[in-house]
Amino acid sequence: MQAPLSTRTHPRLTPRARWDNFQRRYAPYIFISPFFVLFAVFGLFPIVFSLYLSFHSWQPAAGLGDMDFVGWRNFTDNLTDPTFWQSLRNTIVIGLESGIPQHLIAIPLAFAIHMGLRRMQGILTALYFAPYITSVVAITVIFFTLFSWQYGVVNAVLSSLHDLPVIGGLFPEEKVNWLGNRSFVQPAVATVVVWRYVGWNVVLYLSGLQSIPRDLYEAASVDGATTWQQFRFITLPLLRPIMFVAITLTLIGNLQLFEEPYILTGDSGGIGNMGLTTVMYMYRTYNFYSDAGLAAAMSWLLFLVIGVLTLVNNRLFGRSGLARAD
Amino acid sequence: MAIATPTVKSPVRPRGTVRPLSRWAAVALLFLGALLTVAPFYFMFVFATHTRAEIFQIPPPTWFGEAAGRNYDSLLERLPFWRNLWNSLYLALMSTVTTLFFCSLAGFAFAMYNFRFREGLFGVVLATLLIPSALNIVPFALIMQALGWINTPRALWVPGMASAFGIFLMRQYIGSAIPKELVEAARIDGASEFGIYRRIILPLCGPALATLGLVTFVNSWNSFVGPLIIFRTAETYTAPLALRSLQGIANTDWGALMCGVALTVLPLLIVFVFFSRQLIEGLTSGSLKG
Repeated sequence: MQAPLSTRTHPRLTPRARWDNFQRRYAPYIFISPFFVLFAVFGLFPIVFSLYLSFHSWQPAAGLGDMDFVGWRNFTDNLTDPTFWQSLRNTIVIGLESGIPQHLIAIPLAFAIHMGLRRMQGILTALYFAPYITSVVAITVIFFTLFSWQYGVVNAVLSSLHDLPVIGGLFPEEKVNWLGNRSFVQPAVATVVVWRYVGWNVVLYLSGLQSIPRDLYEAASVDGATTWQQFRFITLPLLRPIMFVAITLTLIGNLQLFEEPYILTGDSGGIGNMGLTTVMYMYRTYNFYSDAGLAAAMSWLLFLVIGVLTLVNNRLFGRSGLARAD
Repeated sequence: MAIATPTVKSPVRPRGTVRPLSRWAAVALLFLGALLTVAPFYFMFVFATHTRAEIFQIPPPTWFGEAAGRNYDSLLERLPFWRNLWNSLYLALMSTVTTLFFCSLAGFAFAMYNFRFREGLFGVVLATLLIPSALNIVPFALIMQALGWINTPRALWVPGMASAFGIFLMRQYIGSAIPKELVEAARIDGASEFGIYRRIILPLCGPALATLGLVTFVNSWNSFVGPLIIFRTAETYTAPLALRSLQGIANTDWGALMCGVALTVLPLLIVFVFFSRQLIEGLTSGSLKG
């Protein structure tokens, strides 16, 4: 009795069938393994190494043997460095100056494109999206000339607007030294960032708008709701999950701003270091001051700031925030 | 229930009804915004055809000039620019091909198989998206130094072969667009697991592959921080890096620089004109709606 039963539960498999079973079982693990191998080597290991590095003093040129354990000194050195604090302040100010307008422009824009212009939707979205696909270097070089003090197009346009009757008073009489005046460096950098990412956000919000059922709007308009009321009471609340995604992406991206200020200010940070972001300062610490430990510690301090702000954002706009709104 | 009258503003307004003034104002504003968005591109190409002196005159030029040839010659005098463009192209193609292969393979596994730890492992993939890349800059430079990969493009495309974003996009697409029965049927017909991927999944992934391919290509072509760390000689520079090196010189030849900028941006703009719909639709439906 025993023997046949055991052959039934463990049938003798042909090599072919055994191979089939084997590959069916392990194929998914093999298929996903490249990601995990690459992540381990080029993602996880560097992060662990960077944490290790942040507690050591090390000039990379001296070789691996010359690492000295210094405890928290790299962190305290950064925290007592006024330039580090300035870079953090710059990062946050530029981040807000570019982040808030981005969404304030993108949400109504997406709403207008979605509601108003069915036929023009494709081309308009493409036009607004175009800056996103262009090299930051190229964009920034263009803006560098557009923002030029004496000869820039921006100032030329502003001064011709100033010559207009009635609304002329809104525009400055003097030419604005965008990149040479302490108070204008940050708005200039922010303008480039806004210009580059508005289209990206429009695309995100359009996808959110497309998932809102049309009959909600129909029902509302049957009940006599104005476009503004529809926007305020249907669109905005239902757009919240996408807003959360978009704002999180902006937050993480803006706090790591590097390329735009780096190129606009010619890697110096601009007049009075006003365009020096934390990632720029970290790069400078590593590349020009050759202090890998200090730079690694700086990146962890920035990570901490990003983490805290992401958490705050999560509280304000995330799932828990949504639940409260409901 | 009120009955809809023609005066009620409705998104389902019947054809032929007159649009209110506010609607026209919105349309005008939309196009003004689009104009502002496109203007820098316009000036990019206008400036590429002017000498340095002409770019910085009052008022600035607003129409095409005649110095395009001179700018081009000056650009090639300063930089091996075609070599730089080739470096960008090589890097972008290698990234794109490898990303498409590894991400679609992993996306297939996550979408079509039931295996232990599937959700957990996918969670890990998504979590890696939240790691700030700034954290990685210093160790990345050190590792590439240690591997001897400085000045070689593989330092940039090898680490990016299987991107988390790509896996996410492919899983969403394969899971929603390809029925599981198709895979079962192929298995009964005796196809191997990799054979199913190659002969069934891959041919059906066209739209998602196109979107992911475009995104990867564009990101790689435009990348700056990675190349800035890896490429140290003018011969190995990618196009954006080469342009950056032109700008550093005290007496920048803005005409030549603009010519280089135009040459770098033009190929992408041409691709974008043909594939913008594909790209935007793929990004919106694939990545978010799921």
